[in-house]
Amino acid sequence: MATRVIGKSVPRKEGREKVTGRAKYVDDLKFPGMIFGVTVRSPVARGRILGIHFEPGIPWEEFTVVTAKDIPGKNCIALLIDDQPCLAAEFVNHPEEPVVLLAHPDKYLLEEARRSVRIEVEPLPAIFSMDDSLARKHVIWGTDNIFKSYQVNKGHVEHALREADLIVEGIYETGAQEQLYIEPQGMIAQANAEEGVTVWGSLQCPYYIHKALVVLFGLPKDRIRVVQAETGGGFGGKEEYPSMIAGHAALLAWKSGKPVKIIYDRAEDMVATTKRHPSRTTHRTAVTRGGKLVAIDIDFTLDGGAYETLSPVVLSRGTIHAAGPYRCPNVRIRSRVVATNAPPHGAFRGFGAPQSVFALERHLNRVAEAVGLAPDEFRRRNFIQQGETIAVGQVIHEKVDMDRLMDRAFELSGYHAKRKRFEAENPGKMIRKGIGFASFFHGAGFTGSGEEHLASEVAAEATRDGRVRVMAASTEMGQGTNTIFSQIAGEALGIDQEQIEIVQPDTANVPNSGPTVASRTSMIVGKLVETAALEIRAKLVSGGYLSADYNAAEFAEACRRYLDRVGPLTSFAKYEHPRDLFWDDERYEGHAYGAYAWAVYVAEVSVDMRTAEARVDDFVAVQEVGKVINPVLAAGQIEGGVAQGIGMALYENVVWQEGRMVNGQMTNYIMPTSMDVPPIRVFFEENPYERGPAGAKGIGELPLDGTAPAIANAIAHATGANITRVPVTPEVLSDLLESVHA
Amino acid sequence: MRASLPSYELVAPRNLDTALEMLAREPGVWRPFAGGTDLMVLLEAGKLPHRKFVSIWKFGELRGIAVTPESLSIGALSTYTEIQRSEILQREFPLLCRAASETGSVATQNRGTLGGNIANASPAADSPPALLVCEAEIELISAKGTRRLPYHDFHKGYKKMQMRDDELIWRVHLDRGSKRNKEYYRKVGTRKAQAISKICFAAAASVENGQINDVRIALGSVAPTVLRATETEKSLGSEKLTSALLKTAQETLGREISPIDDMRSSAVYRRRVAQNLLSEFFDLMNT
Amino acid sequence: MPDRAKKIGVRCTLNGTAATLEAYPMARLLDVLRDVAGLTGVKEGCGEGECGACSVELDGEIVNSCLVPALQAEGATIRTIEGVATGDQLHAVQQAFITYGGAQCGICTPGMVLAAVNLLERKPHATETEIRAGLSGNLCRCTGYTKIFAAVMAACRDMDRTVEG
Repeated sequence: MATRVIGKSVPRKEGREKVTGRAKYVDDLKFPGMIFGVTVRSPVARGRILGIHFEPGIPWEEFTVVTAKDIPGKNCIALLIDDQPCLAAEFVNHPEEPVVLLAHPDKYLLEEARRSVRIEVEPLPAIFSMDDSLARKHVIWGTDNIFKSYQVNKGHVEHALREADLIVEGIYETGAQEQLYIEPQGMIAQANAEEGVTVWGSLQCPYYIHKALVVLFGLPKDRIRVVQAETGGGFGGKEEYPSMIAGHAALLAWKSGKPVKIIYDRAEDMVATTKRHPSRTTHRTAVTRGGKLVAIDIDFTLDGGAYETLSPVVLSRGTIHAAGPYRCPNVRIRSRVVATNAPPHGAFRGFGAPQSVFALERHLNRVAEAVGLAPDEFRRRNFIQQGETIAVGQVIHEKVDMDRLMDRAFELSGYHAKRKRFEAENPGKMIRKGIGFASFFHGAGFTGSGEEHLASEVAAEATRDGRVRVMAASTEMGQGTNTIFSQIAGEALGIDQEQIEIVQPDTANVPNSGPTVASRTSMIVGKLVETAALEIRAKLVSGGYLSADYNAAEFAEACRRYLDRVGPLTSFAKYEHPRDLFWDDERYEGHAYGAYAWAVYVAEVSVDMRTAEARVDDFVAVQEVGKVINPVLAAGQIEGGVAQGIGMALYENVVWQEGRMVNGQMTNYIMPTSMDVPPIRVFFEENPYERGPAGAKGIGELPLDGTAPAIANAIAHATGANITRVPVTPEVLSDLLESVHA
Repeated sequence: MRASLPSYELVAPRNLDTALEMLAREPGVWRPFAGGTDLMVLLEAGKLPHRKFVSIWKFGELRGIAVTPESLSIGALSTYTEIQRSEILQREFPLLCRAASETGSVATQNRGTLGGNIANASPAADSPPALLVCEAEIELISAKGTRRLPYHDFHKGYKKMQMRDDELIWRVHLDRGSKRNKEYYRKVGTRKAQAISKICFAAAASVENGQINDVRIALGSVAPTVLRATETEKSLGSEKLTSALLKTAQETLGREISPIDDMRSSAVYRRRVAQNLLSEFFDLMNT
Repeated sequence: MPDRAKKIGVRCTLNGTAATLEAYPMARLLDVLRDVAGLTGVKEGCGEGECGACSVELDGEIVNSCLVPALQAEGATIRTIEGVATGDQLHAVQQAFITYGGAQCGICTPGMVLAAVNLLERKPHATETEIRAGLSGNLCRCTGYTKIFAAVMAACRDMDRTVEG
């Protein structure tokens, strides 16, 4: 299907503002009479608050002070459940938990005041490991420390394991990872009983914040307003957390009667906000001697931190992706997310899947080795085909051709020749090279009936000069939402994308199109944008204002006449869940995702045997994504995701001490610089998904699934070391090399 | 940002003499402030309790590279960028230029100074190992006059220096005759750019006919101060470069250094890598 | 409550115009530019001199303005992102960032653009390796750097052509 605007690399809609420094992020905004707020946080991991002491030397009468007692509604950050307090009242359950809020016009004095509040806590025994939590050394949450658990049962795993030719076992771990958006979290709030609450800030999901503030203040929905400022990166780190900082700013605004701005500095952002859930996955895999998967038995545990927040959903995605794009008649996945006394872990691009896919793709290489097959040959014998079912029983109706993706990725990366060459040349060398891959998929949209529950809505409105305004709650945070929506709407309306205006996400002005997460923005919300745009066009055509074949000037004229004669020209699109998709939440099976993107990634690495430093020399990412709406933006998404995956694989190590991150500085938490990342080579295949706009599927999270295992596999190839955890820091690799080459 | 910046005094005296007088009049009350790339980081992290600073940034006497037939004298305020841009330093003291190029980012290098790096006295600093290998001399200046001492004697313990409160590092002197034909510098950081050193290894030796002479080895991040590995140097003596010699030297080095576990790396790793870098230096000497 | 230093008037040339900025002597140049001069294009990403989002040109050299005390900006010539374009005419680097996708969320972009402009002014024929190394103090979390370097290389070629043409 030929397209006019879709498929072109039209420039980023807000590009000019960004390259000139004119784009306004929350800290760039000033309001008359605005004062500043800070958060005073718990010094211990778990305990009972005995008292809050305000040391002398600070003019406390000038300050606005807020504690849990000042909360007008319910003291919680409403999300899936209401277990997380907005401000700790009697107990604290993690280091850096917010207890007291202060506001004052003088930023510098405020900082001194923050240091002059002493929170007296009687410590209680705390849990810092998944093992201690599972063993219920102390029960710190609910009755058993378990936020959620799932079981996937396909076929008869126990039986299959007993009959197996060969069983291979392995245990894999991933550490916490900090989202590290370059713009720290921030909010400005204005709040009073007469007008209600308005917040402006750095955020991904305006309506999540809206719901949380409704509960926090006990106000009706139309008295809460959330406005997104230009947002400097999110990656999931600004999915649920902003509700907390918005609540804090709003409480200070409510009590002080003034606009309040809270901006976290990097140190606070690192230690107090969410991170990727640490994981441990145990695999037991039965194969035939011919290399066919017979049974996959997975045990998958996530560390959720102190409160539930989004952990059940992260666990869900990790569970569903745990057995990958492979054919296997018997699959059992037992998973759970448990409580520890650390700041709650949360959404980070990939959302559970990077953890389980790392384990799977490392493990399958070892399984291949055990049956004497090359890792790629093993995959080929087990890749799922059209019409077959994945672990949760979903039949893959679409055309899938993992073989072809693998062929292409291998050709582009020179995989086979390099593999042989490296093996021949490595012995005795101080720099050893390796090449490895990962083959994987990623489901787009909310799991199962999630999209149905979200019931997303998008609105559109035409103006007198033929511009069309699109109203959605989906946020731009660099991934290209504004541009993509403009292209989709422009295509549907037969006009230029420059005639489309994307309304700033503001809950007063846009309907709830759901959160900007889960790789759903192009596929799910983009489709609604397309529908809304088509409806505007349909109204004009059916009303006789437009003939079937028109140009942009005629479109503008038609809008003008319609508005003059009829009135507002608006449309509204609401998500309709396909009737043929059924997901069983009890048995955890059925149609998990509307569509999957499929991928094979290849990483080429060098390992310095003297220092155990690994570096990525080349990276090829091949994926089938339905339809590429904007090639530059789509490639940018993959490149950025791969870079974050390189960080996850090699550099990004959170150092914990009793539930607290101790390396919370950019000097000590290492993300890749330009010197640590090779040119990342991205290639797309298209296989239109009939329910996506112009056939597009989701791609935002995909790269986080395959990057770390491809790199780990490459390092294993280079060195013979069995990599079972990420990040593979030089310290970890150095120990492994000692045991390999001893 | 964890500091009350308004409560910090920073003054800029008109000239160096005035600054030295301030330091002499109230020793320890005023501290020098050069490019700020260390002090501002500490300050913003809330880790700089000292409040009174005198800016020495504009004093020309502390800048520039003076050349005589015997020596080069580098002004303490020379930035890492200026060091890298100096043709004569690139030619004659490439180890120092390497160290400068590996310190922080371009932005850091434009403001970070050699004197500041020395005076901050971090055991992880990048220039000190190169300075030790080049057998640098430090010249200090105060209201009372100037004095010189070998850089080798400058650091006495963790953050303890042979420098009075009224003194400034004025110039760093390098002996142009100290060149050796095999020179090695390697910093192993947390990533390839803008990284704090986990271990830093600088070495130079005169090698002829497979025999090592006159070796100098210095390491960073393996002791409370930058370390001149004199025991390891002795174990190498004036011997032939054999694998047996390397093994002995590695064992000596392993005992001579005292690396620790910290949030960046581990003692085991640092020790292992130090020994491996010595081996890499050996490879270089054998070419 | 500790005593406060007295504010000083820092005289400098800011994006081509003489300015006197009132600030505490140890105030960060970053805050002075943003809050006193209203130049919010300069961003804070880390407050430790690691991310480069606060990069400005000080006397022709790129520095992290979060690490420069206001007092030391006395007499300096400062260029921020706001001083890169000429009126409505974007600099070649800015235009290339738009064309090649060098900016995603945009928060690192002002510092990145300024660092690239400074680099290309010093090294008009910079190679990709030199560009990668020269910009290694500017961290980007969104792009993976690939399109940033494509943009800067393209701008380099454009600027070359302009000089030759």
